[in-house]
Amino acid sequence: MIEVKNLHKSFSDIEILKGINTSFEKGKTNLIIGQSGSGKTVFLKCLLGLFDYEEGSIAYDGKVFSQLTEDDKRNLRAKIGMVFQGSALFDSMTIAENVMFPLQMFTNQGKSEMEDRVDFVLKRVNLDEAHNKMPSEASGGMQKRVAIARAIVNNPKYLFCDEPNSGLDPKTAIVIDNLIQEITDEYQITTVINSHDMNSVMEIGEKIVFLKDGLKAWEGSKETIFKTDNEVVTDFVYSSNLFKKVRKMYLEENK
Amino acid sequence: MTYLHNIGAYFLMIVEMFRKPTKWCVMKKLIFKDINDLVIGSLGIIAFISFFVGGVITIQTALNINNPLIPKYLIGFATKQSIILEFAPTFTSIIMAGKVGSFITSSIGTMRVTEQIDALEVMGINALNYLVFPKTIALLLYPFAIAIGMFLGILGGMAACVFGGYTSLEDYILGIQTDFQAFHIIYSFIKTFVFAFLLATIPSFHGYYMKGGALEVGKASTTSFVWTSVVIILLNYILTDMMLGS
Repeated sequence: MIEVKNLHKSFSDIEILKGINTSFEKGKTNLIIGQSGSGKTVFLKCLLGLFDYEEGSIAYDGKVFSQLTEDDKRNLRAKIGMVFQGSALFDSMTIAENVMFPLQMFTNQGKSEMEDRVDFVLKRVNLDEAHNKMPSEASGGMQKRVAIARAIVNNPKYLFCDEPNSGLDPKTAIVIDNLIQEITDEYQITTVINSHDMNSVMEIGEKIVFLKDGLKAWEGSKETIFKTDNEVVTDFVYSSNLFKKVRKMYLEENK
Repeated sequence: MTYLHNIGAYFLMIVEMFRKPTKWCVMKKLIFKDINDLVIGSLGIIAFISFFVGGVITIQTALNINNPLIPKYLIGFATKQSIILEFAPTFTSIIMAGKVGSFITSSIGTMRVTEQIDALEVMGINALNYLVFPKTIALLLYPFAIAIGMFLGILGGMAACVFGGYTSLEDYILGIQTDFQAFHIIYSFIKTFVFAFLLATIPSFHGYYMKGGALEVGKASTTSFVWTSVVIILLNYILTDMMLGS
């Protein structure tokens, strides 16, 4: 579980995060949604420890990140898996080498043991034939799956995904969403996903945090987001006619 | 202020580069890869340039010695001194700032743009140690490339001299043996080690701390070349004054 209390972050004089309080639960897919410029990426980078923040705290299973020693921070980071928006695969390595990288860096496993683990996770993301391909030879969807495989190969306790299905076709996006949810359930990981994609919100949003102008404007789940009458949320989530109709049908069915 | 900030950031980067070392089994592979990319991959261009510049120095010197009272062996002497003292360590390093420096800046800069450096940091890896340290160690072999450059420069001079008919082979060999001072070689290699360190770290700094997209990677490569050359020229002056000045 990750608990965030009164998080403030500024760049120069501009306050981006204005006191966020929320928590992300273990074994659930937690989504952070909001318009561009609402502070989602900055929030995610604060959670990852890539940005320092001026005020507030972030606690991973009760341990406040800013109070940890450098060694403890490094140990904690070894338990974090991250799927970047552009996949961020190391382009000088093959797909198998990319996935093996966290094992080489953080474990003392032998080569055959690491290869077995890489085979297992690549099969888990349905990429059992892609070991020797370079990232540039893989499609966008394949690259995302490799990034997921790399993120989970070292059995992380926390999985962060920054817009995991951006730039993917709707079918592949659903495959990626389902994969993340299955992995979260299977390994009981605390998963935090930064997303714009309303399909993801409806499909896998077990907990949803809506950010607006650096503040948490609403939180709930994929079920409660249909019923909410919070105008800020409904304006954003149901901005398309299709989603307006879906919501109307849902509300009529569940009267 | 920006310059002062960048100079401070550069020295902090160097300190950070030695902290939280990467596992040796991983580092070893990175060092060998960088030796191949940065040193062995540069041997061809160093050999080509050194050979022909050695030839040109010899021709220019020969054409400027018209006085019959000046002995012909001075052509070989002047070529040796020019190549060992300046051309091989300094000017080859400036050429390498273009080749190796641009490669380092653009490869690290592209990793920054495509979030690969963020990926390393999220994993708890010291990205500076992982990326810059192996390049710095690999370039410790750069003086070997310069030694080859010295040899080929003098050989190029000899070829130009003999085949161009500027002086005899005996005179040229006498010239390169005249007043040989071992300290000049030491001076030259000390300079080369300093330049090797600059060639690894200044382009890495510009790649690592760049912001923006693909266009900025190109700009960072150009800036890195300019600053590496400027610092090499400045340190060349300071080291020469310190080591050879009265």
